[in-house]
Amino acid sequence: MPDNLNPAVALSVSGLSFAISGTELIHPMDFKVKSGRRLVVLGPNGAGKSLLLRLCHGLLRPSSGQVHRNDRHLPGRRAHAMVFQTPVMLRRSVLDNVIHALASIGVPDAHIRNRAVEALNRFGLMGLAERPARLLSGGEQQRLAIARAWALRPDLLFLDEPTAALDPSATRLIEAMLADLHGEGVTLMMSTHDLGQARRLADDVLFLASGSLVEASEANQFFNHPQTGQARAFIAGDLVW
Amino acid sequence: MAALTLIVRLDPVFLGIVVLSLRVTLTAVCLAALIGLPLGALLAVSRFRGRLAMIVAINALMGLPPVVVGLVFFLLLSRSGPLGGFGLLFTPSAMIIAQASLVLPIVIALTRQTIEDLWAGYREYLQSIGMGAKQAIVTLLWDARFSLATALLAGFGRATAEVGAVLIVGGNIAGVTRMMTTAIALETSKGDLALALGLGMILVGITLLVNALAFGMSRIGVRHAG
Repeated sequence: MPDNLNPAVALSVSGLSFAISGTELIHPMDFKVKSGRRLVVLGPNGAGKSLLLRLCHGLLRPSSGQVHRNDRHLPGRRAHAMVFQTPVMLRRSVLDNVIHALASIGVPDAHIRNRAVEALNRFGLMGLAERPARLLSGGEQQRLAIARAWALRPDLLFLDEPTAALDPSATRLIEAMLADLHGEGVTLMMSTHDLGQARRLADDVLFLASGSLVEASEANQFFNHPQTGQARAFIAGDLVW
Repeated sequence: MAALTLIVRLDPVFLGIVVLSLRVTLTAVCLAALIGLPLGALLAVSRFRGRLAMIVAINALMGLPPVVVGLVFFLLLSRSGPLGGFGLLFTPSAMIIAQASLVLPIVIALTRQTIEDLWAGYREYLQSIGMGAKQAIVTLLWDARFSLATALLAGFGRATAEVGAVLIVGGNIAGVTRMMTTAIALETSKGDLALALGLGMILVGITLLVNALAFGMSRIGVRHAG
């Protein structure tokens, strides 16, 4: 779905912060994710990118502030899903991993297998259907994780550095999958510290440093006219962190 | 030679002892599995005050002396005991209860450890797809099935080799509650080494079989589940 036709907000964050044992790891921040857009959360290691994704997805409870997701609760769907940096593969076959995810969200038995097969076919994994998922390569596991998330038909997909441990060939495949998802209108919120990937994929950028939101802008604006010294240094590749 | 003859000829007394032993032990392990697998999994995924103390206590119970278990159940099941009315003392049922009590801590402890390790890897993903604790436990138990089968076989090994508890609550009555281990102890003291040796061979054979099964399970687990 073209971005300019869908200006609705998929996710709204206000006053969000997160602390453990009195140490604030995410400082209060506000931002919005527009529907159908690809928001890339950018920042050096330890900036709080993964924590922010987990807070937005609901895996962690904020210390203060709120996360509002524009969830549409429809039967047989999960409004938002997440793909982790290290894919979590159940000790089952590739096909059974997808079937398990669909069964867990209450997809009727009669439809589960067809939807699982559709997801594997969609991303070229059907040839691996009967293989134990844990014995796949890192790239194949991450593709399966995305296919499994896609099978849930989410409106909003969180991806935590999905290509961090992959070689360029596997990264290209994953980026192609993400482009397809974007083409289908899925809103993507993805973290990375790879500037090249952010340039290739981002519509919008959140730039974090030390748990603070430093810049939030459209990707062109961020890369061509960064507003802060920290963002300029990060884009220039300076080792200031 | 006489011991081998007993085995080859399938001597009825000999066979009766082996069959009763297997029936009691298998039933005890099944009972312990029914209770211990879900309890161990629940202990692995839940957090509550006193959990660590409970884990330490269950781990300690793995080393419970069988004669103490036998004594406790003897007191509970004896005619003047609180459960005396059931008339279970000196029956196979009493031996099953005693053996299940010995195996239960092993099943709970090994299940807790196995599931906790798996949960550490699965937790975020299962929560991310909106899975509740009950569904998560079912998923974890299924995915850990090959490791848990090994845990059950460990429990089976402990029960098979056990003599003190079944001797006290079973009474070693010929044809009723005489098990392989209690028979070996009795026949050795009587000097009937043939029967004792024959039963010993069967016990060693069972131990070998259990270990082979455990090894096979782990191989199958890797091949089919990764």
